[in-house]
Amino acid sequence: MPYQLLSKIATSDRHGENSPYFDGWKAYDKNPFHPTLNPDGVIQMGLAENQLCFDLVEEWVRKNPEASICTSDGVPKFKDVAIFQDYHGLPEFRQAVAKLMERARGGKVKYDPDRVVMSGGATGANETIMFCLADPGDAFLVPSPYYPAFARDLRWRTGVEMIPVHCKSSNNFQITIEAMEAAYEKAQQGPNPSNIKGLIITNPSNPLGTTLDRETLKGLVRFVCEKNIHLVCDEIYSATVFKPPHLVSVSEVMEEVGGCNRDLIHVVYSLSKDMGLPGLRVGIIYSYNDAVVSCARKMSSFGLVSSQTQHLLASMLSDEEFIGQFIRESSKRLAKRHTLFTKGLAQMGISCLDSNAGLFFWMDLRPLLKEQTFEAEMQLWRVIINDVKLNVSPGSSFCCTEPGFFRVCFADMDDHTVEVALNRIRAFVLREEQCVHNKNQAGTTLKKRRNWQNNVNLRLSFSSRGYDESIQSPHKMSPHSPIPQSPLVQAKT
Amino acid sequence: MAIEINPVPSVQLSKVADSEKHGENSPYFAGWKAYDEDPYNEMTNPSGVIQMGLAENQVSFDMLEDYLEKHPEASIWGKGAPGFKENALFQDYHGLLSFRKAMASFMEQIRGGRARFDPERVVLTAGATAANELLTFILADPGDALLVPTPYYPGFDRDLRWRTGVRIVPIHCNSSNNFQITPQALEAAYENAESMNLRVRGVLITNPSNPLGATVQRAVLEEILGFVTRKNIHLISDEIYSGSVFSSSEFVSVAEILESRDYKECERVHIVYSLSKDLGLPGFRVGTIYSYNDKVVTTARRMSSFTLISSQTQHLLASMLSNKEFTSRYIETNRARLKKRYDMIIQGLKRAGIKCLRGNAGLFCWMNLSPLLQKPDREGELDLWKTMLHELKLNISPGSSCHCSEPGWFRVCFANMSEQTLEVALARIHNYMDQRKR
Repeated sequence: MPYQLLSKIATSDRHGENSPYFDGWKAYDKNPFHPTLNPDGVIQMGLAENQLCFDLVEEWVRKNPEASICTSDGVPKFKDVAIFQDYHGLPEFRQAVAKLMERARGGKVKYDPDRVVMSGGATGANETIMFCLADPGDAFLVPSPYYPAFARDLRWRTGVEMIPVHCKSSNNFQITIEAMEAAYEKAQQGPNPSNIKGLIITNPSNPLGTTLDRETLKGLVRFVCEKNIHLVCDEIYSATVFKPPHLVSVSEVMEEVGGCNRDLIHVVYSLSKDMGLPGLRVGIIYSYNDAVVSCARKMSSFGLVSSQTQHLLASMLSDEEFIGQFIRESSKRLAKRHTLFTKGLAQMGISCLDSNAGLFFWMDLRPLLKEQTFEAEMQLWRVIINDVKLNVSPGSSFCCTEPGFFRVCFADMDDHTVEVALNRIRAFVLREEQCVHNKNQAGTTLKKRRNWQNNVNLRLSFSSRGYDESIQSPHKMSPHSPIPQSPLVQAKT
Repeated sequence: MAIEINPVPSVQLSKVADSEKHGENSPYFAGWKAYDEDPYNEMTNPSGVIQMGLAENQVSFDMLEDYLEKHPEASIWGKGAPGFKENALFQDYHGLLSFRKAMASFMEQIRGGRARFDPERVVLTAGATAANELLTFILADPGDALLVPTPYYPGFDRDLRWRTGVRIVPIHCNSSNNFQITPQALEAAYENAESMNLRVRGVLITNPSNPLGATVQRAVLEEILGFVTRKNIHLISDEIYSGSVFSSSEFVSVAEILESRDYKECERVHIVYSLSKDLGLPGFRVGTIYSYNDKVVTTARRMSSFTLISSQTQHLLASMLSNKEFTSRYIETNRARLKKRYDMIIQGLKRAGIKCLRGNAGLFCWMNLSPLLQKPDREGELDLWKTMLHELKLNISPGSSCHCSEPGWFRVCFANMSEQTLEVALARIHNYMDQRKR
């Protein structure tokens, strides 16, 4: 069958998988680390999974057999659940999700279960919200660095364009209203002005692991209201905040901005990160716009949550005691992991962006680059994968404009593996220092080393963040795989 | 499913959001409202509206429940919670291999082993709704057309057109030959599309047919295959009712024909399946695309990221469907029960003086009420439909909502209720027909 007999969407590259960055996943797939069976294998640090609290969920499941329609306790409900395909979703499921969202925000916001709309994971939620808010050719502003799979989720079938708003290390990659205004103005100029329909932010941020401060968030709300464009807040890491400052959600800030048009505000949520349940495909769209709720709900027919899963989660998430315990314990364990890694790295002279949330941290390896280019970043990355045997994600795959940053996930491994990973990094850093020393003559070498150390010391006050998913081998792409952009693609913006 | 009244938006949404192509303003859905407001209940509301517009299969739940009670290993969410963590983390868009194998094997069993299915070609989606939309995104560009025989499932208007921007051009079928698809009708539809400057990308058939409740004959399938080959377009065969054929020998799947020809020209053929009808599990959202085209399989798999099946559900069904003793018993029993229901409703309608299309599959019959029309047109049909809804309190689906070109036909579901309820419905029809005679 001739190639052109498929659609333009089918033959386009916007699924994002044809990237040169698959080496990391291939290396992992070919040689996955195992503490006893394969201790020299590649350690997966590119996958933003939260595996730290399964014991708590398993215990709950064991204690609550009636929550499953497959057990003898639960089977009386089987028929009713199995025929339930109403796209409104089980009321008790929506209520439980609304409650969870409230708990994750410290009870500072109330969520209306009637605004909770299901989707096929956050992947489905982000795509659906684009279908609701924008036409093909319209554009959304997206602060960078950002989750690579946005390129697929926001653009592939929707035809919507992304306009990155680049954030810089000079101010710790914070979003500024000035940068947002500048990007908006610039997009209106030239022979092909973009029709900007909105702004999408991820809070807490992937890959940075930081939360937005209240003032900036208020500023963004004001910004969208002024321009009459939408604000989509992807808050899927909301319950992964492990130290202050606490999450300030857009739902909280809306109340504080005078004249805020609620019809512009939409939240995306999921249970894949906070609860560590990506396989269950629970994505949520929560919109303050009635028409969007109505439309998204109709579209949810294309990606409803299995009623079996809704039933189970309705029970689990409304167990207030369990949820309270889970959120507390999860934060504690994430904090511990985060500290373990970032302190360990700091001791080696490697600094990370100060972060308070997420399943990853944003590591600064600029001192180790041969030159400050993306080619050098890729070279370093290959060394990390092939020699150090760690699959981490290069910053360029997140459209970061400065080479040398890497996202490192920390919540998808056990404690022993953490130690192994840290030891490998330590050994690598020492080797690099040795290398630099050997290559240069006494004077220049020493100066270089001192500069590097100095640079590092300045950043020792930063803490690190969690894991992330970056590159996957083509045959095993998960829905949350961040698809890296090649530097060539990125360069044109 | 309640119908929503769209509020007036203060800020502009997308064209897709504003369009009516979600299709909910059709009478197909309006009857639901009447049902929701006054649902029949044997004990508490015996004069309420009986839902006969919902193609659900409720005749075989006992077998599923029985299986679960005997097989605790089907659930990883039970007492031991074994394998829970791996399952909860599993989000690979290939889907659980055990589940894909089980689906392939189930599809083979339904076709009496007359076609083989390769688990590597099974792509999983959250329901056939998603599968049909996904295939449309892959096979056609916005503005292109798919040819679909009428009458067809009203949901296609949404699934094939809404977000994809693709058009449906009908292949008109009529009662003169039991609504079968003819070569002339195929050509006419193609030419019609061309005259509208629409590029035709494929033909989508439902076999067994919804709403006709009849299988597509082998000779017709061969015609269609010839047609799509000559035009160099695709064929999508929605076979979600394949396990609901009353007699196994009467169903011919396009898969069988391809296999018998050594898979010549198979790359243009794609099959859609689901467990919503045959297993009666619409809530679980289990759909699948089976394509003979490698590029379509790869692309569909990537796109399925937007609509994966819950790993919890995959695990349960993998266990259930790989038990071949259970599945063969289920298929046989389910068929027999559906046939019994079908016979019951056909006889009941016959006694009331109403004829139906001769059917051999599905969860509904295609009833001919054209003799009762005041006016032999769409308006007359809708008037009669309102009478059925408000006087007889039966929610049935008017043929016009299925784009039937002949007025007076109605789809009547019989598998989503108890036998007693079906008797009540038939009694109401009988009384109505008696009154009409007088």
